[in-house]
Amino acid sequence: MKIRVTVLPKPSVLDPQGVATAEAMKHLGWTNLGRVRIGKVIEIEAPEGPPDQKKLDEICGDLLSNPVVEEYSIDITE
Amino acid sequence: MKFAVLRFPGSNCDQDCLRTLRDSFSATAEAVWHKETSLAGYDVIVVPGGFSYGDYLRCGAIARYSPVMTAVIAAAGQGVPVIGICNGFQILCEAGLLPGALVRNQGLHFICKQVHLRLENRDSPFTCCGTTGQILRLPIAHGEGCYFADPETLEQLEDSNRIAFRYCDPSGKINPAANPNGSLHHIAGILNQEGNVLGLMPHPERACEARLGGAEGRLIFDSILTALSATP
Repeated sequence: MKIRVTVLPKPSVLDPQGVATAEAMKHLGWTNLGRVRIGKVIEIEAPEGPPDQKKLDEICGDLLSNPVVEEYSIDITE
Repeated sequence: MKFAVLRFPGSNCDQDCLRTLRDSFSATAEAVWHKETSLAGYDVIVVPGGFSYGDYLRCGAIARYSPVMTAVIAAAGQGVPVIGICNGFQILCEAGLLPGALVRNQGLHFICKQVHLRLENRDSPFTCCGTTGQILRLPIAHGEGCYFADPETLEQLEDSNRIAFRYCDPSGKINPAANPNGSLHHIAGILNQEGNVLGLMPHPERACEARLGGAEGRLIFDSILTALSATP
């Protein structure tokens, strides 16, 4: 089993990387795009499955993301 | 009076802090490895700059879980002065000792240069030798120094006079051109509610000798020494 945690800057936080990348995409001809946010993906192998939801949220909210500036989503596959 | 200078894997301003405290202030200062669990006997804790844990995940995110941080949080709760410089500021925010977070500089670049700061609150053990409105010239060196907090937190910081330093121009005016990294409210340094924890992005320890380019960082260490010697 794999757990994929996606961390993105909150929409209220200026993401200069996203802004710069959006500008580059516009230069490449995709002119009608919306906001671009750049974050990170953390892939965790969990041979025995994920911990309980409370522990998983604690790890995602305290360590893997900073709730002051980021939000996360969890995707469990396989 | 004894200073603890914490040392994490990837700290790189620990030696600067130790040398400054010892050579420029004749203070007793010891390096404390991040695996230590006690800070008993230290009167001031310095969380130095650098790239703790290689800035992996986020700046300060992993250092915050180092064993010594439990002792830092306990000492801060007992009123021990704690100063976090640059990466140390980031670690203190991650640890919840200071509100908000430091994110990528608005211009995306790592910035290493001299900036001007306006001292906004002299009522702290880190600034008591200064005057409110005083201008200091200190170096910055960071890629993630843009201070962010939600509007309520910013309002609280303003209302409780916890913004210690703001970026300004050489004449003391606060304007966007003088803000090197896009920090909200031009924040360069903040205090906790009790006033015994300071986090700031500029490096006072690099500005304590005129022959090294400036000595205006002395104010912060002079203030700490003065405040502590006045404490019974």
